[in-house]
Amino acid sequence: MSDMTDTAGPVLAADGTPLKRSLARALRRQKMRALLLIAPLLIFILVSFILPVVDMLYRSVQNGIVSNTLPRTVEALADWDASTGELPDEVVFAAMAADLKDAAEAKIHTKVGTRLNYENPGMSSLFRKTGRKAKKFDIENGGPWKEELIDINKGWGEFDNWRTLQTYSPAITSGYFLNAVDMRVGTDGPEMRPEDEQIYMKLLGRTLWMSLAITSCCILLAYPVAWILANLPARKANMLMILVLLPFWTSLLVRTSAWKILLQQQGVINDILVYVGLVADDSRLVIINNQFGTIVAMTHILLPFMILPMYSVMQTINPSYLRAAKSLGATDWTAFWRVYFPQTVPGIGAGSILVFILAIGYYITPALVGGTKGTFISNQIAFHISTSLNWGLASALGAILLAVVLVLYWAYDKIVGIDNVKLG
Amino acid sequence: MKLTKLAALAATTALCAPAAFAEEMANEMTLVSWGGAYQSSQIKAYVEPYLALHPEVKVTWDESSAEAVAKLRAMNEAGNVTWDLVDVVASDSMRLCDEGLAVELDPATDLAAAPDGTSAEDDFGDLLVSECFAPQIVYSTTFGYRTDLVGDTAPTSVCDVFDLAAYPGKRALQKRPIDNMEWALFCDGVAKEDIYDTLGTDEGVSQALAKLDTIKDQVVWWTAGAETPQLLADGEVVMGSTFNGRLFSAIAEQNQPIGMLWDMQSFDLDGWIVPEGLPADRKARVMDFLKFATDTQRLADQAKYISYGPARASSAPLVGTHAELGIDMAPHMPTDPANATNVHIYDYEWWADNRDDLNAKFEAWLAK
Repeated sequence: MSDMTDTAGPVLAADGTPLKRSLARALRRQKMRALLLIAPLLIFILVSFILPVVDMLYRSVQNGIVSNTLPRTVEALADWDASTGELPDEVVFAAMAADLKDAAEAKIHTKVGTRLNYENPGMSSLFRKTGRKAKKFDIENGGPWKEELIDINKGWGEFDNWRTLQTYSPAITSGYFLNAVDMRVGTDGPEMRPEDEQIYMKLLGRTLWMSLAITSCCILLAYPVAWILANLPARKANMLMILVLLPFWTSLLVRTSAWKILLQQQGVINDILVYVGLVADDSRLVIINNQFGTIVAMTHILLPFMILPMYSVMQTINPSYLRAAKSLGATDWTAFWRVYFPQTVPGIGAGSILVFILAIGYYITPALVGGTKGTFISNQIAFHISTSLNWGLASALGAILLAVVLVLYWAYDKIVGIDNVKLG
Repeated sequence: MKLTKLAALAATTALCAPAAFAEEMANEMTLVSWGGAYQSSQIKAYVEPYLALHPEVKVTWDESSAEAVAKLRAMNEAGNVTWDLVDVVASDSMRLCDEGLAVELDPATDLAAAPDGTSAEDDFGDLLVSECFAPQIVYSTTFGYRTDLVGDTAPTSVCDVFDLAAYPGKRALQKRPIDNMEWALFCDGVAKEDIYDTLGTDEGVSQALAKLDTIKDQVVWWTAGAETPQLLADGEVVMGSTFNGRLFSAIAEQNQPIGMLWDMQSFDLDGWIVPEGLPADRKARVMDFLKFATDTQRLADQAKYISYGPARASSAPLVGTHAELGIDMAPHMPTDPANATNVHIYDYEWWADNRDDLNAKFEAWLAK
């Protein structure tokens, strides 16, 4: 090595340019080519995945609808001091009348009503009912609007409605996120919701521990299966592999319904237990429509995601290591635990991450076999996306779920190390 | 100069052309419905006769009614509405109307008058619950019970659902607060006309949940309409709520030992809405079809295939016999006087306001 260091000046390439620059150029060209090759995929992911996710996340704080629909009211309300406990004055009511007229003509008044109804039930019909009359308002000559509006609907005389309107007039809101952690904006800042309305944190906790339980069940069941598959002759292993993959190709709904038939009280398993005499006919086991049902059905559905990475890792482990350990005097257990098992950890890691992340987002199976105590937070997200149309809350719940997964992923990286994961 | 003027003129004519020929109708139509027996009754009663008159039209079906509101909102945001006519329940039609996602209909011009000249507005009457809604059927959520599992006295009142001593065993209820809260209050002694006033207070909600608590550990909660008939057929539950048409097919078409309990059946409506933002030619076609498909004869014909009541008063006398089984359909209709002695009229407006709030309370109660 020492003969290279004492030459003066830069090392030159064959064409006379400094070697460093020439190398950098070549590398840059190579990188560009690589980038161009993956560009279609990158653009595809950006357009079909990253942008929609960002858009959805933005919805969880977006609240422009109030100030866009009721611009004059929002401006007039800014000066109103809610702490006095008195209704706003005529200026605000007149602004509201003018805004309502415009909004009703554009048929957007009910949208803002729906938005505010999330925070204060009853505001949806307040806007809908007033909107019907608002088209006929004579803004210049009518009034006084305070009496007129309260006369149309006494909801306009309720202090709480105006406070809600003022609280939710900024274009960015924390309301959805507060709701997603069972809180709300009270008179003096954020406060917990009443006990009988707290669900999301409880569901999040349940989702996490049940996903962990499902992941552990998958590890326990998949390990021996993967071991057998990896140690059989190739022809037999391929045959058995089809048995693992077959349920994988069957529709999710069919598999879930099959579990219903097996597990219900008049189902196959209970019938057999009663027939054999293990269980009395009037005390059949309740093994569906609860957490047990969800864990069983989801473990079955997610099992291939655990077996496949384990199998591919175990296949690469040289059997002579085990033989060597034994020939050096290790017992079967020591040979397995000290030599074989550590080599399979990357497979377990990969399978666990896959199963856990898939389990956390599942909602069809828990909805069908979970009853009341075996449902996940994703069931509530689905409800708010498709039934209640509260997309802001659904996005906030989704964002929290995403954050939790990222935190767990980070923790996994710290404890086990992400380099220690092998998919095959 | 002249040339540009001419070009401009040509351009304006070209632009105005579609508007000028607004009456020209598209020949393709995408209808959205619920699938299953209900959708085939629509095909037989509405679409096949319409296609006989207009053979040039091509109809595509999409079985997405369950997610119609969310999908229509997404389509509207993307500016690409691919559906022409969507079958939704009444509460969804109100929501779509509120969101500006459905076209407001004028019963006088958009819907056909009855054969005797009664205006569509009077013929549909109170069932026109939203400005955007063209009702087709009245259905009800009601209870079915296993005739062989309830002992000698069959249940006659909805409150028998809450009576575990007389009718032990599991019950199937829909996993949502709507209907269940009302039934619970009714059976806890609240007068029918006071139900929504009571439910509007925190004490009322607690009262309803406390009543439901008495049977909570015996309830199987369902989410899809097909679950209750299945649970009843398997003997998994002794009684359960579901849509009356589902129970009819389990009883009449599959001969299951199931009886109907019509007491306090909860009426609901199903009908069409036209999405906002359709091009003129597609809208013209769909309005033409809508007028045809909701006339008196078409609504009466539908009852040949499924046991849901026609939404028009003038259709009721025309309801005949089942197309395949040949049985008289009138006694199986939720609107039949014998079945409708005690009905529960579900308050759309009230639920539109309070659904999110009660859902949170109901879910928290379920999770307890």
